[in-house]
Amino acid sequence: MTDATPKPKRKSPVARTRLPTLPPASRSRAALGLARAAAEGRFEMQACADCGAVQYPPREVCGSCLSERLDWREVANGGALIATTTLRHSNDAYFRERLPWRVGTVKMDAGPSVVAHVHEDCHEAGRVRLALKLDRSGQAVLHALPAEDTPNMNDSPQLRETHCDPKHRRVLVTDGRSTLGRAMVKALLDAGASTVFVGDPATWKADAGFDAFVASDPRIEPVALDVTDTDSVDRLAASIGAKVEILINTADHLRDGGVMNARDVGLARDAFDVNVLGLMRLAQAFGPTMCFRAADGTHGAVAWVNLLSIHALAALPARGAWSASKAAALSAALTLRAEFAGAGIRVVNVFPGPIDDEWEQLTPPPKLAPSAVAASVVRGLRDGVEDLYVGDVAEELRARLRDNHKAVERELGG
Amino acid sequence: MSTAILAQFMAELLSGRIRLVDLTQTLTPEFPTIVLPPELGQAWPFRIEEISRYDERGPAWYWNNFSCSEHTGTHFDAPVHWVTGKDQPNNAVDSIPVENFIAAACVIDVSAEAAKDPDFLLTIDFVQAWEAQHGRIPERSWVLLRTDWSKRSGAKEYLNMAEDGAHSPGPDAEVVPWLIRERNVHGFGTESIGTDAGQAHHLNPPYPCHYFMHGNNRYGLQCLTNLDQLPPQGALILAAPLKIRNGSGSPLRVLALTPRT
Amino acid sequence: MSRRLAYDGVVAAVPVTVPYARYSTHAAHWWLGRALAALIRESGIAKADIDGVCVSSFTLGPDTAVGLMQHLGMSPRWLDHIPMGGASGVVALRRAARAVQAGDAEVIACIAGDTNHVDSFRHTVSQFSRFAQDAVYPYGAGGPNASFALLTDHYMRQYGATREDFGKLCVAQRDNALRNPHALMRKPLTLAQYLDARPITDPIHLFDCVMPCAGAEGFLVMTEERARALKLPGVRIRSTIERHNAYPDDPIQFRGGWAMDRDALYEHAGVSPADVDFVETYDDYPVINLLQFEDLGFCAKGEAPAFVREHGFTIDGSFPFNTSGGQLSVGQAGAAGGYLGLVQALRQLTNAAGDMQVADARIGLVSGFGMINYDRGLCSGAALLERGTA
Repeated sequence: MTDATPKPKRKSPVARTRLPTLPPASRSRAALGLARAAAEGRFEMQACADCGAVQYPPREVCGSCLSERLDWREVANGGALIATTTLRHSNDAYFRERLPWRVGTVKMDAGPSVVAHVHEDCHEAGRVRLALKLDRSGQAVLHALPAEDTPNMNDSPQLRETHCDPKHRRVLVTDGRSTLGRAMVKALLDAGASTVFVGDPATWKADAGFDAFVASDPRIEPVALDVTDTDSVDRLAASIGAKVEILINTADHLRDGGVMNARDVGLARDAFDVNVLGLMRLAQAFGPTMCFRAADGTHGAVAWVNLLSIHALAALPARGAWSASKAAALSAALTLRAEFAGAGIRVVNVFPGPIDDEWEQLTPPPKLAPSAVAASVVRGLRDGVEDLYVGDVAEELRARLRDNHKAVERELGG
Repeated sequence: MSTAILAQFMAELLSGRIRLVDLTQTLTPEFPTIVLPPELGQAWPFRIEEISRYDERGPAWYWNNFSCSEHTGTHFDAPVHWVTGKDQPNNAVDSIPVENFIAAACVIDVSAEAAKDPDFLLTIDFVQAWEAQHGRIPERSWVLLRTDWSKRSGAKEYLNMAEDGAHSPGPDAEVVPWLIRERNVHGFGTESIGTDAGQAHHLNPPYPCHYFMHGNNRYGLQCLTNLDQLPPQGALILAAPLKIRNGSGSPLRVLALTPRT
Repeated sequence: MSRRLAYDGVVAAVPVTVPYARYSTHAAHWWLGRALAALIRESGIAKADIDGVCVSSFTLGPDTAVGLMQHLGMSPRWLDHIPMGGASGVVALRRAARAVQAGDAEVIACIAGDTNHVDSFRHTVSQFSRFAQDAVYPYGAGGPNASFALLTDHYMRQYGATREDFGKLCVAQRDNALRNPHALMRKPLTLAQYLDARPITDPIHLFDCVMPCAGAEGFLVMTEERARALKLPGVRIRSTIERHNAYPDDPIQFRGGWAMDRDALYEHAGVSPADVDFVETYDDYPVINLLQFEDLGFCAKGEAPAFVREHGFTIDGSFPFNTSGGQLSVGQAGAAGGYLGLVQALRQLTNAAGDMQVADARIGLVSGFGMINYDRGLCSGAALLERGTA
């Protein structure tokens, strides 16, 4: 049985901080099909569209009938653990630091035999479930998990390398005043975060409800943070930057208005200032320290979460400027993902549909409860995904984009 | 002759018999701007980004880009700022005659009243009582309302927002036209974020200081500080806004010249 | 009756070894060049008269056999490059034999060698194959130790093999190595030491692992007539087999390609396992020896543990086996490891084995196994060799 990961002890201020290492990241292009599935927490394997053979490792053509028509399909993830070994030696620096390390061969019900990381609670020669997870290099790897959940399963040292559980971690929520921000803070506290720094972009604003909320839990630390003010961001980073293990950027500037049919670019500039430049300011101020602390003990810096919108992928003309800012934020986030890759810090992009707050007053249902979005983000961190589509609207829009993105353009424009 | 006057002025200045008082707040990102409903257009706060600081971006020099609205920090309101002043002649910062940037000031101290009541409104009676003590307000004078609001620390105290909006002192709807009509004042200045009171939306007309002053081609100064260092009468104000084409106002350095007493 | 031609009139001769070193600052070209020089020196054949070359190496990159020819100043009319790791020796032999038999070349130098810098092994392992890079190396980067640990774990569970069984083979091989001047490991090994060794990747322990090193091996293939004229003792080839990616549907490897071709091997040679005087297997891990005992017909599948318990495996034992000490005791010089057994068999069958000589050895079996591309070794080969009459 897995031991629960204990709360980290306070670190000696004179102790050296270990530098992050990464597991081997080289993959063939075909193998990156696994990353696409793992990024969203799905379990997919390459399958032949002609003969139906499921194959692994991924190939260029079907190893059974040589067809080039290869799909990625959700397949049964069960299997039998037919061999295991515990590595006490490795050729790679990342694994050397994490020995002993258990791997095994799983004969999948779906057909292939796979080499997988093996959870400590898996029984020799027993049944297992396979999961595709992103490792610290951001690449997809197979994990053999016990057939049934075991206590503290997610706390195994192997699985901890794949997820970003907020438990015992210190989290910065950049805008804790918004409806979503408050829900996010609450969900993080419920998930066992040790401290939640709650960014307050409007310290001058009197709001008894917010004051009571901030006082409601000793783990909440309100901090002044206006992401449009470089100085404010820098000052906060100088004060708490070395404590932030997960950063959740909830700052947003949502206003109605199109591109031609706006009187000026004022709203657009404000939206870009918050949603794009704000993200960049945060990244420049907090990113390097988070990278440095990516291997700092059992609870080092681990994740950066961007609350985007499904409209980062498909412009909503009624909110053209805002949509553009979300698309730009997504693009910036992808660069950030590449920049964080060297430290193994996960960049999680969240694509919710409309959230039930004051700015979506006129949006017809279904709308997402802020608490549902927050719960989804926490779940995503625990599962270790990097792309999170939240709610029916987001899922549907995404499916429609895959089906016919031109239809989405026409329909959102109508 | 004029040379001699200015030479004498300089001599007085250098001797310290004329004292310079800086009435300007420092421009910082955290200095608040006026709060409007979020769906309306918003004044930019002061923002500053380094261009270089003796580094790879510019090895031998340090400089910044900054951005802000015309109404950020200690700033000047031109008549064109308000709809009532839109048709006045020379109503923008670039067209206001430059001699209007120098004027005498009367400082009405309501700091005690404002400390008791943040919604304190200046009335005709109060001004008349002040005149009884300090003398009649001369024509073409700034009227500056000393509230000590500039001594409030932090944006929260300064804006003094409650659920029903900001609470800060200002003139009532009667005293403003009276000052214009009866005293022909140059303009009105305050320490708080606007020339009008925080709750001036509820006056009739709303925002009477903006409404009447600008409607009569008069000026406004706000976010002033150090008014407590000025005499009730006798100070001279230098307040020259940036020359922005058709500008409605501008941040500026406001200096007061006072005789050393 | 098999339609395959016999290897009539062709012999393998002149087994050479470039003494191994744990680490080398030289490039693979140096080791291969030394092997070729040794072949010329030992045979007395002029360099220009070697008109065929067959090369195997992991560390020759970015060069191939082609670049090596310019490097060594050779102008062969027949050239092959066999990247089959542990199966390279047997495969080189059967390719070269057919070329000589057909007249495409008269004298073919078969050489295999690798260097070993301090980080060569990690580079080789991390970039071994696409499937390894995609689906094995990211899982702990254990290299072949991990892959063979899984096969060993499965085999032990399935067939009841014990560490003592593996240990018996390792101890016997070490005993043989003590007579081999080229062996890197020349300290006696006891079963207790074997069992007490530190675990590397369970159930693989230290003495189950080969030691990567630098080295080269080589031999010549020519007509029997030519060998006789040069007074070189030659070894006749009775039969050979090779097979790649055998039994792809086995969930984990418990047999190799030999099992598919074993009957053809003995039938073509006209001999049976009982006729074999000594066996040189590819022994990168002990479990693979057990697979070869079974798949090459010395015992039935699953009976290798019992077979091991019944026999002695030293040079003087009831089943003379890996008489050089094998890679487990000599060292694994990259692709030269795929030549080790063959070169040793040529020594045995030409009376050149010195202290390692198996008495009255007439028929020897050499088998090769190579290339863990993903989860199993893909290449297998075997040759039945016979002492020449010359």
